[in-house]
Amino acid sequence: MTNTDTIPLIQLKNVDKFFGSFQALSNIDLEVRKGEKIVVCGPSGSGKSTLIRCINRLESHSAGHIFISGKELTDQVKDINAIRREVGMVFQSFNLFPHMTIVKNLMLAQQLVRKTNKVEARETAMHYLERVKIPDQADKYPVQLSGGQQQRVAIARALCMKPEIMLFDEPTSALDPEMISEVLDVMTGLAEDGMTMIVVTHEMGFARSVADRVIFMDVGEIVEEADPETFFNNPKHERTKNFLSQILQH
Amino acid sequence: MNFDISLVTGTIPKMLVGIGLTFELMFLSAIIGLILAIVLLLMRISGKWYLGWPAQVFIYVFRGTPILVQIFIIYYGLPQFEAVRDSIFWPILREPFGSAVVALSLNTGAYVSEILRGGVLGVDRGVHEAATALGLSARQKFIYITAPIATRLAIPAYSNDFISLMKATSLASTITLMDMTGIARTIVAQTFAPYEIFISLAIIYMILTFIIQKSFGRFERYMSKYVNP
Repeated sequence: MTNTDTIPLIQLKNVDKFFGSFQALSNIDLEVRKGEKIVVCGPSGSGKSTLIRCINRLESHSAGHIFISGKELTDQVKDINAIRREVGMVFQSFNLFPHMTIVKNLMLAQQLVRKTNKVEARETAMHYLERVKIPDQADKYPVQLSGGQQQRVAIARALCMKPEIMLFDEPTSALDPEMISEVLDVMTGLAEDGMTMIVVTHEMGFARSVADRVIFMDVGEIVEEADPETFFNNPKHERTKNFLSQILQH
Repeated sequence: MNFDISLVTGTIPKMLVGIGLTFELMFLSAIIGLILAIVLLLMRISGKWYLGWPAQVFIYVFRGTPILVQIFIIYYGLPQFEAVRDSIFWPILREPFGSAVVALSLNTGAYVSEILRGGVLGVDRGVHEAATALGLSARQKFIYITAPIATRLAIPAYSNDFISLMKATSLASTITLMDMTGIARTIVAQTFAPYEIFISLAIIYMILTFIIQKSFGRFERYMSKYVNP
C-alpha cells in the first residue's frame, strides 16, 4: 500500500554525521513516502538512532541534505521548530515530564507550540489517551505508571501535535517483556491508520507484520534495504545474515 | 564557675528586640541574593563566553573570600573612593545597614547561583530532548521544564545556604548594627557575663534554624509530590 506521491515526505541525500572524528553516519541515502513504515535495525553503535535523530535535528548532520516535505533542514531555528511540529518522536526511556500529570504532559506542547487553547488541548489529550487505552490515568504523575503505560503516554503526547511523521527510537528496549506487546499494539494500530513511521527496533515480529521496508545498518552505513519478506527469508549481505542469525536464534 | 540562669531569662527578651533587624538583613539579602543568583545562573548557562566568564569571576571572588572581609571592604573600604561617594549607591553604602545587605546579598548570590546550576545540571537530558522534539523554544524549555525540576533538586542545598545566611547576619554587628548579636555584645560589655549571654544568643539562633529547616522541609515535600505522590 505504498503511496506514490511525487515528493517523498523524508529524503536524505549523501548524509554524513561525525561526532568529533568518529563517523556515525556515512553517505546515507533514504527516501520515505507518505504512509510508509520503515523499520531500522542493526547492531548497537551502527548509527540507527543517530539516523532518526538527524531527521528532527536532535543531531545536526555534518554533510549532505535532509528534506522534510520538500523543505531542507538547515540551521535556521524557525524552520527547525516548524519541522519538529510535524515530526513526532518516541524515545527509548519515555522522557515524560516528571513534574506534570499525564494530561498536562499531553497539553503542554499543544498550548505552547500549537497555541491551542486549554479546553481544546485537554480534549485532544483525552482523545489520544483513550486511543492508547489509559484515559483513567490522566491525573496521575508519570512515576505512578508502569513502563508500558508511560511509553503509551509518550506516544499519545507525540500524536497530540498531529504530526505527519512518527519516529520511534527503540521504543520497547527499556520495557519489561510483558509490557512490550501493549506498546507494539498501539504502534500497529497507528500503522494501520496510515501514519508514516520510522521505527528503530529489534522486534522482528513487528518488522515482519508492519514494515513496508526493513533497513539494516552497520558502522554508519545502510547495508541492506528490502521488503520484510525478502529481508528475512533471503538477505543478500553476509553482515545482514550474521545479524539476523544472532537475533533470531533465541 | 557559676551559671546564672536568671541572667539568661533576663537577657533573652532584650536580645529579641534585635530580631527584627536580623530578619530584615536575612530576608532582604535572601531576596536580592536570589535574584542575583538567577541572573548569574542565566549568564553561566547562556553559552556565551562574554556572559559566562564575568559571572564565573564574580562567583570565584565572592566564594573565595571571607564574608567578614567583604563586609569590611564594602563598609570601610569603598567610601575611600570619591566615585563611590558621588554615585547613586552612596546613600546605601554610607549606612552600615545598606553595606551589610549589599555584602550579604553578593555573597549569598554567588553561592546560590552555583546551587541552582547544580539543579539545572540535574535535569534529565532525555526530558529536555523530548521537549525539544515537541518544538518548544529554548525559553519555553527553561521556564516549563528546566526551572521547576531544577528548583526541586536545589531545595536541600538552598535551605543550607539560607541557614548560613541567617547566621552570617550576626557579622553585621561588627559594623555597629544592633541586631541580636550586636545587642548581646553590648550586654556582655555591661555585665561581664559572656557565657550566659552568648549561650542564650546561640539558643535563639538554633530555634531560628529549626524553624527554617522545618519550613524548607515542608516546601520540599510540596515540590516533590510528583516523586512521592
